[in-house]
Amino acid sequence: MLKFLIRRILLAISVAVCVSILTFGLLHIATDPAIAIAGEDASAEEIQSLRIAYGFDRPLYVQYADWLSKAVRGDLGVSPYFGLEVRSLIADRLPITIKLGSLSIIFALVLGIPLGVIAAIYPNTLIDRLSLSVAVFGQAIPNFWFGLLLIYVMSVQLRLLPASGTEGIQSFIMPMIVLGTNAVPAIMRLTRTGMLEVLGSDYIRTAWAKGMLPRQVYVKHALRNAVVPVVSVAAIQAAHMLGGSIVVEAVFALHGLGSLAYESILRSDIPTMQAIIILFSSFFIIFSALSDIANAYIDPRIRIL
Amino acid sequence: MTVDPFVNVEGLSIDITTARGTIHAVRDVSFTVERGKTLCIVGESGSGKSITSLGLMGLLPGSATRRAARLELGGTDLMALGPRAMADVRGSHMAMIFQEPMTSLNPSLTIGEQMAEMLTRHRGASRKLAFEKAAFWLQKVGIPAAATRIDQFPHQLSGGLRQRVMIAMMLMCEPEFIIADEPTTALDVSIQAQILHLLSSLQRELGMTMIFITHDLGVVSRIADDVAVMYGGQLVETAPTADLFARPQHPYTRGLIDCIPIPGKTKPGAHLGSIPGTIPSLMGALEGCAFAPRCAYAITECRSGKLELTPNSANQSVRCLHPIGGAQSLAVTMEETE
Amino acid sequence: MSDVSESFEIPKREAEPWRLLVGRMLHHKGVMIGGLILVVVVLAAVFAPFITQYDPLQQSLSGRLQPPFWMERGSADHVLGTDHLGRDYLARLLYGARVSLLIGFTTALISGSIGTFLGVLAGYFGGRTDSVVMFLVTVKLSIPTILVALAVVQLVGGSLQIVILVLGLLLWHQFAVVTRATTMQIRGMDYITAAETVGCSTFRILLTEVLPNVLNQIIVVLTLTMASAILIEAALSFLGVGVQPPTPSWGIMIAEGKQHLFFKPWLVMIPGVALLVVVLAINLLGDGMRDVTAPEKR
Repeated sequence: MLKFLIRRILLAISVAVCVSILTFGLLHIATDPAIAIAGEDASAEEIQSLRIAYGFDRPLYVQYADWLSKAVRGDLGVSPYFGLEVRSLIADRLPITIKLGSLSIIFALVLGIPLGVIAAIYPNTLIDRLSLSVAVFGQAIPNFWFGLLLIYVMSVQLRLLPASGTEGIQSFIMPMIVLGTNAVPAIMRLTRTGMLEVLGSDYIRTAWAKGMLPRQVYVKHALRNAVVPVVSVAAIQAAHMLGGSIVVEAVFALHGLGSLAYESILRSDIPTMQAIIILFSSFFIIFSALSDIANAYIDPRIRIL
Repeated sequence: MTVDPFVNVEGLSIDITTARGTIHAVRDVSFTVERGKTLCIVGESGSGKSITSLGLMGLLPGSATRRAARLELGGTDLMALGPRAMADVRGSHMAMIFQEPMTSLNPSLTIGEQMAEMLTRHRGASRKLAFEKAAFWLQKVGIPAAATRIDQFPHQLSGGLRQRVMIAMMLMCEPEFIIADEPTTALDVSIQAQILHLLSSLQRELGMTMIFITHDLGVVSRIADDVAVMYGGQLVETAPTADLFARPQHPYTRGLIDCIPIPGKTKPGAHLGSIPGTIPSLMGALEGCAFAPRCAYAITECRSGKLELTPNSANQSVRCLHPIGGAQSLAVTMEETE
Repeated sequence: MSDVSESFEIPKREAEPWRLLVGRMLHHKGVMIGGLILVVVVLAAVFAPFITQYDPLQQSLSGRLQPPFWMERGSADHVLGTDHLGRDYLARLLYGARVSLLIGFTTALISGSIGTFLGVLAGYFGGRTDSVVMFLVTVKLSIPTILVALAVVQLVGGSLQIVILVLGLLLWHQFAVVTRATTMQIRGMDYITAAETVGCSTFRILLTEVLPNVLNQIIVVLTLTMASAILIEAALSFLGVGVQPPTPSWGIMIAEGKQHLFFKPWLVMIPGVALLVVVLAINLLGDGMRDVTAPEKR
């Protein structure tokens, strides 16, 4: 187990480093950072002096090494657009994104798991096909449009929910639904498959033979065993939601990391872009490493090693 | 066969619908078991013996249909019970022990949790009392350090211990009737005898009626009061144990008995009897005797028409046009080895 | 035992006869419905100039914000109404379909080529090649797709070609994973060993034996990647990045219609429904192809 743990963590670190190198390279090759800061109509001398001042004239790998050495110590640079340290920008916007993300993943689980369980209990019936249709729709609908649709229905027609802003929990309901709906299909399908497999096993037959009631068999005996892979998938879906939050925060005017990313992209604010891309990647890398480790722990073959 | 049967099964038929056709897994099976006695159902894999027990318990898969003229347990008509009523009966008045102890316990619940829920469900006991009873029963079935085992998970116990847990768990509510479906087949030979002994003594102590399913005639000779032999989904012979071994009527039964090596009698290197051929397909209608293709005594009439289970003497019935006579030499042999 | 002097025959490949596959396709509801809708959309996009006489770029400041014909004050003149610059909405919808389909299809082809190439290599050669490819896949998975796409397209400058290129480089991972798994499966089969024994070059084996068998899986992933590409492009253009106005793209149409959401909701609804229908159709087709090419997994 220890050997596995070490290998998995090393893999995570090397992936993270690779991502940071790729991102750094991409961003610095895609555009001239000096022009980005100075503006399109600055004179050639202004641009050149900016270039030297910021160190953009150094070779790329030197710039990267410089960035990396500062980053591991928590210094993510300064945003040329906002004029603030990147890390305080992020710290400022992080709470809203965390709130939105947690609500969304909880919503996805609360909707997806029961749908999957019901689909497994009544396989190949109307209920099953309906749940599958919900899953298919959730995957196909463009999330920004879904958000606008919800706004139109809830805010305009029914006047139930606020269309934007962050006053209280109501402002998070529609964004939560939009973000969560993207993850429901995967969660629902996985629950359904897991439940179908578990329901065919011997110990479920034993539970029925004991005279246990359906509720006890499906939840206490079956779901407990079927839900394990779902949790790790949920973690990865949560990481994906970060990407979706860019659009959702834009539609609902929430000031989280997603909208920070959007703003920094529009302003060619490279340090901030870099930091956020690495941050989002890190979430995914950490969550998938955690879920791999958790799965390995459950699998006795790996645990003993 | 018996005067006041506790278990009364008449005309039980079970069909299973599959993509390739309907399987007639159990065809018109009837038997009775007297209170407190043990009936052994014997047969090869695919003879329908397990499905019969699942049919009794109401645990058939959705693709199966069950029909019976009579299916009674202690006077209660099991066919008339709805799902909730059946669930109340299962575990409480009738219990079942399965063949594979390694996979029949829930891997993510503790032993204590799986056992205690029997009492909280069927006897309305408190959790505390239920757990205490669970520990008591673990001791009763011979598991040492019961207090530690209560909080362990199934994967921490060996196959033999898990089967003991199964037995304890299923008997906790002291049901009147128990079905044991090859409970010792998956265990080491040394453990088999222990488990058999445990089951028998518990049966006697609780006064339970038992149906024991097996393919091992050695086990039958040890614990059965009566025997029912199944082949191709049908009962081909029923008899009290001693009579079955002394005077087997059906050629299949005779063949099964001949397969058993007798210590002291069978010479090393001698041919053990075997029954040539394979079990028949269970799809489609049955023409004549299911065993005819493999039977050394088969005559033309055996291959068509419908054969009935006909009583041969007071307690014995056989489904055969050509029942063989008793083998006195075999009776002597059995006595010698007992 | 066969006579040694008989000529050595390479056993027949296990790829399924096309006729059987097409037969199953024609009977699968998802494939037929999804495929039909897709064909209709493609035809509508291709023959747009014949369906509507309007130019999607032609503005008419006097005829702005007219509603579709089924609403009050709508007319058959502009079947789907006009937008805030007076441009005919049906025309913009149809020409927008061209953008979505073109991006979807081309991106899927590019990412398909990259992913299949890497996946087949990894599956066939195993060992270090496999580890490298899997590492690349892991890195790719860790990268937030929309975020990076947004960043790169915005920085380089938005245009149809840039979007296709960037998305093509970002969506290959599923191809790699699927083709790798299938290739590994095929690798162990007898007819591959036979081909190698006879002395076929690796390249030829990959081309003639491995690729046809992987084709089924590729088609499924192709459709699903196409759907992803269309959705991502729509999100990009909604956010003002990528395809630039006045080129009609459904994402841009939704963005432009957003400020009129309260009183003229059709500006947002129509392109959104179009997106939904197209993506649904592609998903239906893809899921159906998956069913049809691997029926035992259903």
